[in-house]
Amino acid sequence: MPGGALRASTKVGDVPAVDDSFLALPRRQLADAALRRAKDLGASFAEFRLARVRSETVALHDGVLEGASDSSDLGVAVRVIHQGTWGFAAGVGLTVDEAVRVAEEAVNVAQVARAINSEPIELAPEPVYDDVTWVSSYELDPLSVPVAGKVALLADYSRRLLDADGVDHVDARVMSIVENKYYANSEGTSTTQQRVRIGPSLEAFAVVDGKFDSMATCAPPAGRGWEYLTGTGWDWDSEIAQIPGWLADKLAAPSVEPGSYDLVIDPTNLWLTIHESIGHATELDRALGYEANYAGTSFATIDKVGTLTYGSPVMHVTGDRTVEHGLATVGYDDEGVAGQRWDLVEDGILVGYQIDRRMARLNSDRLGTARSNGCAFADSPGHIPIQRMANVSLQPAPGGPSTEELIGRVENGIYIVGDRSWSIDMQRYNFQFTGQRFFKITDGKLDGQLRDVAYQATTTDFWGSMEAVGGPQTYLLAGAFNCGKAQPGQVAPVSHGCPSALFRGVRILNTTQERA
Amino acid sequence: MTVGVQLTAQDTVEKGLELAAAAGADGCVVLVDDSSSANLRWANNTLTTNGVMRGSSTTVIATVGAGEGTACGVVGQSAVTAESLAELVSSAVAAARSADPAEDTRPLVEGGAGPRWDDEPGETSVGVYESFAPALGEALRRASKENRWLYGFADHQITTTYLGSSTGLRLRHEQPEGHVTVTAKSGDLSQSAWVGSATRDFTDVDVTALDAELVRRLGWAQRTVDLPAGRYHTVVPADAVTDLVTYLYWTMGGRDAHEGRTVFSNPSGGTRVGEQLSPHPVTLRSDPHQPGCESAPFVTAHRSSSEFSVFDNGLTLRATDWIRGGRLENLLQTRFSADLTGLAVTPWIESYSLEVDGGTGSVDDLVAGVDDGLLLTCLWYIRVVDPQTLLLTGLTRDGVYRVENGEVTGAVNNFRFNESPVDLLARFTQAGATVPAFSREWGDEFPRTSAPPLLVPDFNMSSVSQAS
Repeated sequence: MPGGALRASTKVGDVPAVDDSFLALPRRQLADAALRRAKDLGASFAEFRLARVRSETVALHDGVLEGASDSSDLGVAVRVIHQGTWGFAAGVGLTVDEAVRVAEEAVNVAQVARAINSEPIELAPEPVYDDVTWVSSYELDPLSVPVAGKVALLADYSRRLLDADGVDHVDARVMSIVENKYYANSEGTSTTQQRVRIGPSLEAFAVVDGKFDSMATCAPPAGRGWEYLTGTGWDWDSEIAQIPGWLADKLAAPSVEPGSYDLVIDPTNLWLTIHESIGHATELDRALGYEANYAGTSFATIDKVGTLTYGSPVMHVTGDRTVEHGLATVGYDDEGVAGQRWDLVEDGILVGYQIDRRMARLNSDRLGTARSNGCAFADSPGHIPIQRMANVSLQPAPGGPSTEELIGRVENGIYIVGDRSWSIDMQRYNFQFTGQRFFKITDGKLDGQLRDVAYQATTTDFWGSMEAVGGPQTYLLAGAFNCGKAQPGQVAPVSHGCPSALFRGVRILNTTQERA
Repeated sequence: MTVGVQLTAQDTVEKGLELAAAAGADGCVVLVDDSSSANLRWANNTLTTNGVMRGSSTTVIATVGAGEGTACGVVGQSAVTAESLAELVSSAVAAARSADPAEDTRPLVEGGAGPRWDDEPGETSVGVYESFAPALGEALRRASKENRWLYGFADHQITTTYLGSSTGLRLRHEQPEGHVTVTAKSGDLSQSAWVGSATRDFTDVDVTALDAELVRRLGWAQRTVDLPAGRYHTVVPADAVTDLVTYLYWTMGGRDAHEGRTVFSNPSGGTRVGEQLSPHPVTLRSDPHQPGCESAPFVTAHRSSSEFSVFDNGLTLRATDWIRGGRLENLLQTRFSADLTGLAVTPWIESYSLEVDGGTGSVDDLVAGVDDGLLLTCLWYIRVVDPQTLLLTGLTRDGVYRVENGEVTGAVNNFRFNESPVDLLARFTQAGATVPAFSREWGDEFPRTSAPPLLVPDFNMSSVSQAS
């Protein structure tokens, strides 16, 4: 929809404002009707959400447009607490009659579900935010850029890779999302928000003597606008120029000898290990068993708060829904709770969780707080808000070492850059990761690449082996668009900041030998 | 603006095609997906979330001439009304006009009206659980009384797709699908078991039987044995086979193989079609008309990619053997990629069945023949480690059992595995009969699968997982 009315975005000075076409929807009228109907039917609490998620995907293969699509998901949802039981319903019509019908259906669902509910629902208190607005930090709405312009830029980036010796194919892709939400509840809170995010990637492929491999850009998805593709926040020119050489070296590299190695892990790889082994493990719904049938539980159970040694004393991890350009950053979550920042692991000890209002109320004694830290999120108007991940980040050491200095401390090890394959067990103990590039470290210096590398560890052993974290100059806010959880399945965007870090004695596998 | 008059799906298609023609599009396809769903979720023996959702999305694919080729624009939107449809169509046409020629351009598929075009969309509601919910409530109460914990999810949805084209197609497909999965844990949370199955309408779901199977498995776990990492004689039940084979099916893209980028690439160039992958009489087959696993009998593509082409929308799907007699026969192809590779046009189908000619018996029969080995329940968090060999990693989950002298004698710790499903199809030594199977990892998005249980003599358990 290049330049169409649905794309219009206005700015107040240099600060982006909520899209006019979203503000024109009858959000307050629908909310009032739905909340009133729910209350009339006996709901003790009700919340209304009008959400619109517009997304666009542009994909190129070998510099030629392979597919472009544009979608908009718009609808309303009502969740109630009726006689102590949740009820949720969603619909797509934007009329008062439909809002009332959805509210009635939510109450009906609560009544049907009451037979299998044995735990009355109560919510932690939260201040009322009356008619507040919040917009994420970006410069240029990516949906305002014509598809042709996106194709031209990605084709240029692709051609630079294809023109290099040894590159046989290139995939390029960018996904742009603008998310608008209006939320109102029976306590008097009403919020209007707009979040913008963009996820670009390029991957070069090479085939040599029947062997193939690839090298992808490490640019993470970000809570930024189109400016991210043209140099703000990432040095595309430099990375694209180096990928063909890295790929050629990787194809010619020796296969790793399995064993125990010291690792220096770059933030382009470490963010994913944080996501899997800390981010998910400190979600309280998992620790309480709510995800036991699907995403899994957590070894970091609530009885261990304040005592579990998660890692070495240099480990300081925060949960955060406020950091600029964070993919999980919000003004207010999907239960009307304001965005916050808090500690999850301090001096290597588990000290906190990511929670929503119900869990905060149920576990206030053990958590030492009666307030939600604002981690409720629903990925579409048709889905139920559940506890989702904040931006969970490993903090750098003030005045800490550079990546080169960390490498300098290693006699025989591997420097790992970029994420690739990832997998972790249902309690977040045992994980295995690969990466884009593995550089051998010999006597404190990089000594060429290695192939067929995977690292495998148990979460607390791994973080316990972290000898040092890099300084702020090594810090990167990385992340993903596609964190999956819940039934029915939902995807959430989330960022993870981290510095480079040094780990001692981690198990390295040779992936070709695993198959043999 | 989306506030306005709701159109029927058929009217959306007809009006969309008219608007596209009026806007100067050379061709157009309109897809309307109307869906409804109802779900229940429970944990710790009580309800956690539930919901009823309705949705409708419209995708307009407009084509225009572009030099010597054809360009296309694809725009989708939910909650389309009479008023917003015009804007949607004009956006698609504008996108086509601004695009370069599409490399997958082929003539739009021609045809007429298919069966039930005029019917309203199917619809589900929370009423689908009329019998299931009380039975589940009883099972939850029984579990509390007997000191075990139940966690689970029941989902039912009906999606009706209407596909109309400027070349005359008027096709409708109604897809009911549902599934139920239940995890049970012992009172001290040290042991767990899982069952899951797909269903089209929940009339065939027997909660009491599911609960009884979970109780049987937790009973096996009353004795526990710690085993180290290593290669084990392993009975892989049908559900776990689909955890692995679904990934294999998704990796069968013809174009990617032709370009040397997958396990189905020939190192000398081209694809491995025609190569014997397994010495066993293995068949991997998809059939949109397979009884109990019926899926859309025509292509529905909302975006072009290496496995889909929007120009193929409406193309009739026929039963396809991907592997027959252990030999790779076909790969996932669009008309474009088929021309590129010189292979048959064999598009993606939303189901598959893995069969081994001569395979008989159940998973219990395979267990009865094992002197010393393992019985898995399901696999989890499966990811590609090496695309060249399709080496996958993942974990065992919710029940690994020790088998001695043909009987289950206890529960074993979980493991991380590293295995390739292509290798396993060559290495298994015994297969049971093919049965409906539900993948723990992928079943919620790809539920129409069937497979036999397999006995693998040397399944690679790479390390021990402490998860329980």
